[in-house]
Amino acid sequence: MKGGGEVGLLWAGNARAVEIDAVPRVPAAELADRCAELCASGGRLSALLVLPEAGASRTGARDLLAVIADDQRARLALARTEVRAGQSYTALSARLPQAQAFEREIFETTGLVPAGHPWLKPLRRHADLERLAGHLSTGPAHPFFQVDGHGIHEVAVGPVHAGIIEPGHFRFQCHGETVIHLEIQLGYQHRGAAELFLRSSAGRRLAIAESIAGDTAVAHGLAHCMAVEALADVEVTLGAQAARGIALELERLANHTGDLGALCSDVGYLPGASWFGRLRGDLLNLLLAWSGNRFGRGLVRPGGVRFGLAPAERSQLRDRLRRIERDLRETAELMLGTSSVVARFERTGTVTRQVAEDLGLVGPVARASGCDRDVRRDHPHGIYRFAHIPVATAETGDVMARVLVRWLEIQRSIAFVQEQLVEMEEDVGVRGLSPLLPRRVAIALVEGWRGEIAHVAVTAADGEIHGYSFVDPSFHNWFGLAIAMRENQISDFPLCNKSFNLSYAGHDL
Amino acid sequence: MISLLRARLRQGRQTLDFPAGPVPLPERFRGRPVLDGSKCQEGCRACVAVCPTEAIRTDPLAIDLGACLFCAACEEACPTGAVSYTPDYRLATRVREDLVVSGAEAKLATALDDAMRSLLGRSLKLRQVSAGGCSGCEAELAALGNVVFDLGRFGIQFVASPRHADGIVITGPVTGHMELALRETYQAIPAPKIVIAVGACAISGGPFAGAASSGDGVPADIPVDLYVPGCPPHPLTLLDGLLRLTGRIRAGTR
Repeated sequence: MKGGGEVGLLWAGNARAVEIDAVPRVPAAELADRCAELCASGGRLSALLVLPEAGASRTGARDLLAVIADDQRARLALARTEVRAGQSYTALSARLPQAQAFEREIFETTGLVPAGHPWLKPLRRHADLERLAGHLSTGPAHPFFQVDGHGIHEVAVGPVHAGIIEPGHFRFQCHGETVIHLEIQLGYQHRGAAELFLRSSAGRRLAIAESIAGDTAVAHGLAHCMAVEALADVEVTLGAQAARGIALELERLANHTGDLGALCSDVGYLPGASWFGRLRGDLLNLLLAWSGNRFGRGLVRPGGVRFGLAPAERSQLRDRLRRIERDLRETAELMLGTSSVVARFERTGTVTRQVAEDLGLVGPVARASGCDRDVRRDHPHGIYRFAHIPVATAETGDVMARVLVRWLEIQRSIAFVQEQLVEMEEDVGVRGLSPLLPRRVAIALVEGWRGEIAHVAVTAADGEIHGYSFVDPSFHNWFGLAIAMRENQISDFPLCNKSFNLSYAGHDL
Repeated sequence: MISLLRARLRQGRQTLDFPAGPVPLPERFRGRPVLDGSKCQEGCRACVAVCPTEAIRTDPLAIDLGACLFCAACEEACPTGAVSYTPDYRLATRVREDLVVSGAEAKLATALDDAMRSLLGRSLKLRQVSAGGCSGCEAELAALGNVVFDLGRFGIQFVASPRHADGIVITGPVTGHMELALRETYQAIPAPKIVIAVGACAISGGPFAGAASSGDGVPADIPVDLYVPGCPPHPLTLLDGLLRLTGRIRAGTR
């Protein structure tokens, strides 16, 4: 990202609070231009949200805040523009495809119309269609994209799927077995988490954050704690930082391992399905022994962590992890040495690097397409400022690449955890939180196992949090799955889907 | 092939000997809380103040496990040790009211009646519907199928079609957008059928109770046969509940 032309932006950092009033306000067209320019030179749209209120005298006016991550320089660009409910503003999506879901979210929650949005249909709130339709001048609110022509047929799946998984609706446009286009309509899991969060107690807020996506309880809990700590201007102890890093990597290990098992299952390789499945449980059980919950719920809390790790626990953890690593390696080598498995993984569900960049994909999915991005290195927080995990990337962008990236990340996370269990400081005491600073905005980025998690917290003049935004990595990546399916066969969908393994609840909130 | 067999031999049998064998739960596992209201100080409501889901009340001291997230914030806040969480994983009940714990006594699930047990006791096919579940409960239900818990050996299986099912397992607070799909799935299951509510969300709304876009769990007009509390429940809590329901674990035998 170039250094020039930075007027109209405020630079912030991960897990730092800045004054809202210091964020420059620019005309809407200029905001769209600046975001497009920053993203054209390596930036990514991490968050886009409407702030709770603008200046007291401007009735009905609110601010649209954009957060662009500059991965090369470990900084976040903030800019805002004034918008009014019921009116339109220049859509970012017209030039920046990665803004499309954000602007649909804003449209359905505030009534603001992003003028020039290419596919403005509700993201999650089907029930509000009639109300939303009033804002549209271009026909029905949510047609499904349709392909016409001889021999074209449509396959509709969901919301209830044939397995123990979350609900969503998939609409395939096919010619024979070949998928021409897939449209994914989510929203079935929409619980109203963001709205409930704002009127909840501090304890309830943590529970909601941990339930944004239940398999990502540690990462979302951590992002929430980092946002609150930034607003309180509190830094947790070094021991607690290490403990949080260990917990985050254990969560990554369990989920990546489970994904490898599920991918084996989808190609009919049962030894891999059985053994990775068992090993995933063994990894969850490490979190269970430490925190009392298989998903690490309640371990990370504002100001620190609930439980430390005594020397005896650490050496026991190290031993158990060593045994798990041996079995993981054995199973991974068997899987990767089986030509029928590799043949199914290779050249299935390819996402090119250009598409990954355009859509703003994150996490292992982006890295598998050659995008060298990882919050742990690019916007380091806590222990990751002192201990580095090499970023794993691949080039081919297919299911195979997503398998390889996961397997590399498993090995590197194990090495990190083993090292931290030796090096970590004993003191994990919880720091008390002072009242939150007024009129601040804090952005917390965490590399969850699916990719970048962003929490944006905004305080009012009295220091209360009155604006909060959750961005699960799934929010960025669902569209990537739709694109990955093009020119593939319907029968490849389970495999492609598993290689992304996105959260429905994390997207739907 | 040889390397596969070698790996299988080296890794060995991983399936738990359940319900007969030992249960491998660590000391810190937060299962059934034990309460002693006589330790409460006059007017102290420290536990009530910190509970994220209003699951605990005083005068008399009681916890509703249907709303409890097992975070143990109450145990930490209590100045006198009146609340303590134990590693007892057995939590499932047949009746909603039995989830309210006020002492050390557990009112565990009883078996289905003889007629239902003769139909479903040896072969129970279940359809799972997530209606706003965060994937925590779903993950633990799916884990029942792995080689450690191996649900299939008890004749219990998750199936793809409601038409093939004997019952439904519901997770999540039941979002407005999933209520219709949930009801249609429930109606598509041939009678007689059973309903199992899994997790705090499905039982009470859990952390999402009162949220604008979802309900507070399974709608009142769908009769629930088994409640499995937790956030999420441990696979052994789920398995224990299912085996009690089908009469494979009897009161007092475990």
